[in-house]
Amino acid sequence: MDYIDYYKVLGVGKNATPDEIKKAYRKLARQHHPDLNPNDPAAGKLFQQINEANEVLSDPEKRKKYDQYGKDWKNAEQFEEARRQQQQSAYTGGNPFGGQAGYYSSDDDGDFSDFFASMFGDQGRSRGGRQSHFKGQDLRATLQLNLSEAYTTHKQTFTINGKNIRITIPAGVENGQEIKIKGYGADGANGGPKGDLYIRVEIKNNTAFIRKGNDLYLTVLLDLYKAILGGEEMIQTMSGKVKLNIPPETQNGKKVRLKGKGFPIYKKEGTFGDLYVTFDVQIPKNLTEREKELFWQLAKESKK
Amino acid sequence: MENLTKISVEQCCIYYKIELSFIQKLDQHGLISLISSGEGAFISYEQLNDLEKYIHFHYDLEINMEGIETVMHLLERIKKLQQEVKTLRNYG
Repeated sequence: MDYIDYYKVLGVGKNATPDEIKKAYRKLARQHHPDLNPNDPAAGKLFQQINEANEVLSDPEKRKKYDQYGKDWKNAEQFEEARRQQQQSAYTGGNPFGGQAGYYSSDDDGDFSDFFASMFGDQGRSRGGRQSHFKGQDLRATLQLNLSEAYTTHKQTFTINGKNIRITIPAGVENGQEIKIKGYGADGANGGPKGDLYIRVEIKNNTAFIRKGNDLYLTVLLDLYKAILGGEEMIQTMSGKVKLNIPPETQNGKKVRLKGKGFPIYKKEGTFGDLYVTFDVQIPKNLTEREKELFWQLAKESKK
Repeated sequence: MENLTKISVEQCCIYYKIELSFIQKLDQHGLISLISSGEGAFISYEQLNDLEKYIHFHYDLEINMEGIETVMHLLERIKKLQQEVKTLRNYG
């Protein structure tokens, strides 16, 4: 736990007047308010710090205490005691796909720092007039999937705030796609509706394929002799191995399309994109004298 | 059933500690649309997320109605651009 310089956070001097603090706070809040920075968790975190700094510096009593003990807070016994008593409860999300599933509340005024809690206690926060709600807060979760997992439909159980939620992630889900689960956010107040749960899917590519939309791209190394003389090549697709016929004189960089061997199309069961295979012809290395001789012969032959 | 998905403007003002005139102004500017019935004016639950945003903008950040309109317009554009970036990244 580190000391936080609240004056620095707000960019004001130690002798700043309440008016200057208010002005600085509003200016920063307008820049970093989460509502003004959609899908930017960093802004939310920064806003929290700004809020915390304002909470301390705009309250004469808290400011006095902070100025007095500030840097020496660790030596002040009562603060140490408060710190020991202070408990942080960490959320631990479910781990349905073997990947990471962390989640956080989209609440603007999330937890304050340990430093704040140690100095002012958990009850130190003044809950301003704007904190009362009717609708419950929305929760946001991130679900990490491997590309190979996103290939098939998954039914999984998520545990959020002690509640089990069964969700289906349809095959072909896109990277960055958000799935809204209505009514699975925080409870409302005064009989208000529950918030919603938003699950954002992050897909990591653990395969040799490149995914572009519903199509997959694969580069296959092709032996020079097979490229020239033709033959067969076994290719690994997402749905298993496929035998490809290599026509004689296949050129380097040649692309073939395997219809329906791409990625499943989201919520269109049984339909798939295509797989594009590009051949990368390998020039042999470390030739033997005999091989070199034969290539020379070939070279001469081709000049005739 | 209908009663379960909307809240009266008066109750809303109490829970959120806001003035009636604020909600009326939002309605006049087309930022929310109130449902009028014989029993008074109501706000649908679907609009509560937006309402909470407007409350933050107005009361916490001191942005006026014209500012809120502009901000909402720009936020909509940001959302579209973010969607476009996502698509370009996934298809690029």
